[in-house]
Amino acid sequence: MTASSLSRKRPLLSIVAILLSLVVFVVPFAFIVLTALKSRQEASLLDFSWPTQFHFVQNFIDVVQARDYMLIIAFINSTILTVASVAILVVLAAMVAFVLQRRRTRWTGLINFMVLSGLIIPPAVVPTIWVLQKLGLFRTMPGLILIEVAFGLSFCVLLFRAFIATVPRELDEAAIIDGAGPLRLFFRVILPLLRSVIITVVVVQSVTIFNDFVNPLYFLPGDQNATVQLTLYNFSSSYSTQYNLLFMDILLITIPPLIMFLFFNKRIVAGMTAGAVKG
Amino acid sequence: MATDTTVQRAARTRGDASGPAPGGRKRSPYPHWFYLPAAIVYAVLFLVPTVTSFYFSLTRWSIFDSQFIGFDNYVTFFQEPALVSGLWHTVVYAVITSGLKVVLGLGLAVLLTSQIMARGYLRSVVFFPVLVSTIGVGLTFTILLDPEEGLINESLALLGIQGPGWLTDPSYALVSVALVDVWKGVGLATLIYIAGIVSIPGEYFEAARVDGASAWQNFRSIVLPLARPATFTVILLSLIGGLRSFDLIWAMTRGGPGFTSDVIASVIYKQYQAGFYGLSTAGNVILFLLVTAIIFPLSRYLNSKEVDL
Repeated sequence: MTASSLSRKRPLLSIVAILLSLVVFVVPFAFIVLTALKSRQEASLLDFSWPTQFHFVQNFIDVVQARDYMLIIAFINSTILTVASVAILVVLAAMVAFVLQRRRTRWTGLINFMVLSGLIIPPAVVPTIWVLQKLGLFRTMPGLILIEVAFGLSFCVLLFRAFIATVPRELDEAAIIDGAGPLRLFFRVILPLLRSVIITVVVVQSVTIFNDFVNPLYFLPGDQNATVQLTLYNFSSSYSTQYNLLFMDILLITIPPLIMFLFFNKRIVAGMTAGAVKG
Repeated sequence: MATDTTVQRAARTRGDASGPAPGGRKRSPYPHWFYLPAAIVYAVLFLVPTVTSFYFSLTRWSIFDSQFIGFDNYVTFFQEPALVSGLWHTVVYAVITSGLKVVLGLGLAVLLTSQIMARGYLRSVVFFPVLVSTIGVGLTFTILLDPEEGLINESLALLGIQGPGWLTDPSYALVSVALVDVWKGVGLATLIYIAGIVSIPGEYFEAARVDGASAWQNFRSIVLPLARPATFTVILLSLIGGLRSFDLIWAMTRGGPGFTSDVIASVIYKQYQAGFYGLSTAGNVILFLLVTAIIFPLSRYLNSKEVDL
C-alpha cells in the first residue's frame, strides 16, 4: 500500500502489535465467553481461567428460561423493532435523497440543513414523550419504530445521496422518455441500482438499532415489550451474584452483531467511513 | 412491449393523481412530495419536540399540565452543584474521548496501513467492539475493573502495581468510563483514518522516496496534512457522540460515586425519573446549546481549512 511500499514486513513490530491486540481486545471477549461457560461458584471468582467443567447448556437454558422466557420475548421484540424501522428507513431516506440529489430548488438548502441538524442535535426526551402520548404511541412498538426512523433518517439520507450522485442522470432521462412517472422511475429504475448502498444502510442501521438502549429505555419502558438491551440491563441487577448467567446473556446479545460483522464486514466499513474522504 | 406501455401509462396516471403539481407547469420527474413521508415523521417526532423543549423548559411540568415559571428551572440547574458539575463532566468526557480517539486512531491507522503481518486480523479485532452492545461492554468492563477481584487490577498486582478503584474512586470514575468509551470507539476512528490514508495519491510517497524522506518525515509532511479531512470527521463524530453519551456511563456507574461521573444526559434521565419534567427538559436545552455552541462553529472552522488532494 501507499505509505509503506518502501518497507518490508516488520516482524518485531508485527509481533508486538499482535500481542498487544490480544491483551487489549481479545482478552475481554475471551473473558465473556469463558465466564459464560462456568458454573456459578467458579464464575463468581471473576478469574480469567479455563472452566473446570463446561456449563454451556445449563447456563444457556437458565438464561433463556429466566423470568418466564423474557429473553426470547426480548429477542422477538428487538427483531420486530429492527426489521420494521430499517425497512421504513430505507424507503423514506432513499426517496428524500433521490429528489434532494437530483433537483435543486429553494427547498434544497433547508433540507440539507435539516439533515445536518438531525445528525448533530440531541433529541429532546420529555417533549418527545409528550408528543408520543398525544398521538397515543407512547409505550407502543409502532411509536418506538417511528422514533428510530426519525432519528436515523439523517445518516441514511447522507449515505444514499452520496451514492445517487454516482448514478448517471441519463438513466432517469431514458426512463422518462419511455413514459415512466416519478414513482415508477424511482421504484423500478433507481431503487434497484442502489442495491449495494441499501445493503450498507441495512447492515449499519440494523446493528445500531439492535444495540440501541436509550430510546427503548425512554419510549418503550416496561417488561412486556422490553428489547434485548433493556433486558440485559435489567438482568444485570438480578444477576449480580450469577456472573455466569450475566455473561451468557452478554454473549447471546453479541452474536447478532458478530454474524453481521462476519458476513458484511466490507459493507459496514464502507458505510461507516463514507464521510471520511470528503470530510 | 405493448403491455409495458400500458403499465407505464397506468403508473403515470397514478403519479399524476397523487401529489400537487408544483408550479402547475411541466411536472418534474423528481416531485417534492417524495420528501413528505420522511418530513412528517421527522417533523412530528424530532422538530416539534426540539422546538417545544424551549417552552417546556420554562415550565413546572407534570405529565398532565404545565405551568409557566420563567427561568426557574435554569436557576435550579445552575445553583445545584451536582447538576453544574454534570455540565463540566460532559465537556471533560467529550474532550478526553475525542482527543484519544484522534491520537490512537491515527496511530493505529498508520500501523494498519503499513506492511505488517496479520493486518486483516488486527483491523477486525480493533473494529469489532464498535458493533458490540454498549451495555454489554459496560457491564463487562465494570467487572473487569472491579477494584479487588477484577482482572485488570489482579494483572496489575502481578506486576507489583496497586491499581486504583477505577469506578469506585471519585477521582477516577469519569476517566475510567471515558477510557472504556475509547476502547469501544477507537475502531471507528481507525477505520476513518485508514480510508483517509488510503485515498492519498501514491505519487506523494514516491516523490518523498526520491527525496529520501524518512518514515517520520513521510508521516509529518504527507500523512498528517493530507489525512486532515479524516481528522475533522473523527473529531466531529466523537465530540457529537461524547457530548450526548449516556448508555455507557449509565451501565457502568449510573453517574456515581456520588455525582462524580454524572453528565448532562444522565442528569436528564435522573430528573425525568424523579418526575421533574421541566427541569429534565431544561437539561435537554442546555445540552442542545452546548452541542450547537461547540459543533457548528467547529465544523465551519474545520470546513474552511479543507485541503484539496
